[in-house]
Amino acid sequence: MKAINGKQPSTGKPTMGKYSIFSLIRNALSFHEGWERAWRSPKPKPAYDAIIVGGGGHGLATAYYLAKEHGLTNIAVLEKGWIGGGNTGRNTTIIRSNYLWDESAAIYEKALQLYEGLSQELNFNIMLSQRGVMNLAHNLHDMRELQRRVNANRLNGIDSEILDTQQVKDMVPILNCSPKSRYPILGASLQRRGGVARHDAVAWGYARGADAMGVDIIQQCEVTGIRREGGKVTGVETTRGFIAAPKVGIVTAGHTSVMAEMAGIRLPINSYPLQAMVSEPVKPIHHCVVMSNAVHVYVSQSDKGELVLGAGIDGYHGYSQRGSLHVIEGQLGALCELFPIFSRLRLMRQWGGIVDTCPDASPIISKTPIEGLYINGGWGTGGFKATPGSGWTFAYTIARDEPHALNAPFTIERFTTGALIDEHGAAAVAH
Amino acid sequence: MFVIHCPYCGEREETEFHQGGEAHIERPKDPDKLTDEEWADYLFMRKNSKGLFLERWVHRHGCRRWFNVARDTHTNEILAVYEMGKEPPRAVAQKIAAKVKK
Repeated sequence: MKAINGKQPSTGKPTMGKYSIFSLIRNALSFHEGWERAWRSPKPKPAYDAIIVGGGGHGLATAYYLAKEHGLTNIAVLEKGWIGGGNTGRNTTIIRSNYLWDESAAIYEKALQLYEGLSQELNFNIMLSQRGVMNLAHNLHDMRELQRRVNANRLNGIDSEILDTQQVKDMVPILNCSPKSRYPILGASLQRRGGVARHDAVAWGYARGADAMGVDIIQQCEVTGIRREGGKVTGVETTRGFIAAPKVGIVTAGHTSVMAEMAGIRLPINSYPLQAMVSEPVKPIHHCVVMSNAVHVYVSQSDKGELVLGAGIDGYHGYSQRGSLHVIEGQLGALCELFPIFSRLRLMRQWGGIVDTCPDASPIISKTPIEGLYINGGWGTGGFKATPGSGWTFAYTIARDEPHALNAPFTIERFTTGALIDEHGAAAVAH
Repeated sequence: MFVIHCPYCGEREETEFHQGGEAHIERPKDPDKLTDEEWADYLFMRKNSKGLFLERWVHRHGCRRWFNVARDTHTNEILAVYEMGKEPPRAVAQKIAAKVKK
């Protein structure tokens, strides 16, 4: 870790000050040179009560709720790079809970409700903007699927409504709603409580909150092996030596299979590159999130003014964090079809993240055949929106060695019993 | 964008091809005798290797024939292309054996 402003990072006890208007004024008086680091950089201890492998949003949320809800504070989060540098910092920041099946609706809605109070709870602005998420329908089948999903959402107490073409046009006037377009817009579903949040801030807020309760966040510490004895976990081998723990939670997104292989566990997961990109920044023009499954793109505008774009995964397995050009061409074509006004915008950045997809497009938050080893992965293309709910249920599972009712359906065993939670149709874009 | 060497048509761009997942997964010879765990393993469980990976591709917009590819999923380097029903070339097989030993 480099020193900031000439000060060495603290490695001692957490000393988190509260962020407020007063701390802002106080620090302004000293030209903002007195801000403390938001979390420590401790050296790993030889042993912990539990270790979380993976310092993304899900892992940090898990650590935060382990400390807050279950009183487990002698724990560590191990991250091979820097926190939030993987998929947490690479997604398109969309949050919604309008999933078709009861099991998914329950866990994503739990996540959304936690998001709604998260800035206050963490004393860290995650910039949650509930600007509405709109899913477009371009044919009769799309329309019926959306109506089915809206009805299912409402039965689960989740806000969701159907818009006709005129209502879509009134809300987003720059959408091409002409009946002459190649894929005319027949209507849409809208979840008004859906929206976007600052993805980095979610990771940083959870890190700061967990650190304040005594959790050790250890960056640049790669796990290279999982030590077991008699079917039980005893700790992890890392690039900074062996660290003992009776409980280990794997939360490594695209690398879930790689970690599971270290413990000899086979998973139904395939990892693919998923690309995202932003345009050059422009004045506010697009105030909600629009997704189209059939034309295949989703777009929102960030607070900096960039259009944030994404679509489907690349067509082959990969860990390269980059993808093919034709995938970008496809989604930009879709964007210009839906929003002709964007056709002269230029792209500013493009990147890839590695998504771990399950055959039923639902995650695994589960115990494993190895005692003390837990896996949270398989979130595929839609993990960011679930971050708080994922961490909350995974913390429960690790602390009590049994799943909470919310994640009980998301076991590894469901691929043997056949009780799959098929969310392919309910996803915003095709997987 | 990959350039893939189709064993039947030669070098073509990735857009002509479609990847068909992990190679060498054999359909159970006696499906009636399989346990639920064995079915789950056959249907769902995958290697998903980081590094050397044996996979199937089809030249969808060309000769429409399937073949196997040995590719490094980290660097996207294609190490070998070989026909369906064949074992991977010796050099690739040695790399796999070395990895297992390690």
